[in-house]
Amino acid sequence: MSSSLSRRALLLEGVRDTVPMLVGAAPFGVIFGTLSIAAGLSATASLGMSLLVFAGSSQFIGVSLIGAGTALPVLWLTTFVVNLRHALYSATLLPFARDWPLRWRWPLAFWLTDETFAVVEHRFRTQGSEGGQWYWLGSSLAMYGNWVLWSAVGVSLGQSLPGLANLGLDFAMGATFAAIVATQLKRRPALGAALAASVVAMLGRGLPYKLDLMLAAVVGVATGLLLESRSKQQEHAA
Amino acid sequence: MNHWLAIVGMMLLTVLIRASFLVFGQRLAFPDWLNRALHYVPPAVLSALVVPMALAPGGSIDISLRNAYLPGIIVAALVAWKSGKTLLAILVSFVVYGLWRWGLGG
Repeated sequence: MSSSLSRRALLLEGVRDTVPMLVGAAPFGVIFGTLSIAAGLSATASLGMSLLVFAGSSQFIGVSLIGAGTALPVLWLTTFVVNLRHALYSATLLPFARDWPLRWRWPLAFWLTDETFAVVEHRFRTQGSEGGQWYWLGSSLAMYGNWVLWSAVGVSLGQSLPGLANLGLDFAMGATFAAIVATQLKRRPALGAALAASVVAMLGRGLPYKLDLMLAAVVGVATGLLLESRSKQQEHAA
Repeated sequence: MNHWLAIVGMMLLTVLIRASFLVFGQRLAFPDWLNRALHYVPPAVLSALVVPMALAPGGSIDISLRNAYLPGIIVAALVAWKSGKTLLAILVSFVVYGLWRWGLGG
């Protein structure tokens, strides 16, 4: 079907469309590497996590739990909940990937991050998925190489400057999350979801097993869905 | 704790979640409400992480001048909301955070 030339073109397009995401993920990679060393993981284990797990937010939470000496089942349950949204991505992309062989679907699943999902889903929805595995592969490899590279930079920073974690790196994480979330609040149901989750997170601070985070997520999502269906009813009534 | 055991477990869980529908779920139907819920997971989870960090960085609520996280994070959110530029917002917030701490001598 697709010639090697158009395969390469699709791969490169996938890389190109992912560049803004690479820029956004780079500081996270550095921060992750630095915090991981600060949490007591070795350089190889820190890099190993970026190579094998390849999931930014659960890696952050993972190293903070490991640093606090959390029991393995709790760490794994948290990983599961934090990454559960990837099942939704997996389902959203399935209609496009249904007929691809398993040797494609397994590795593309391994590399399915928030960023690659956003890029690939947009492309397939607007332009179709013809030859799309190459486009997806391009986006995946770009994100993976970028993440491992910047994690390594963070690891070496963490090793050479042991006090770095105290110099506002946790603020960097907060500011990054705040900036990302602010751009998602243009619509009222999303704003409601954010506000409800914030209130629950404040009230539930310090609950064991990161239950505060999970409760806040559930209440926030439910609030968003409720507001969405109410505004639809009003549209119908009007 | 064995760090590698922790990492391998995280890897298996993560890849199985990502492979769920793509590899195993060809016959599963995806309910519409779950599809819509997808949109609200990021704002809910991120706010739940950020807001306690801004209002209670040390664990207990701290709405005072000594809390440099609060102005820094508010600025990050406002700049990103107004301009839509995430990286710019982060950089500006860093300046505010740094100046705030410096201005308070610590």
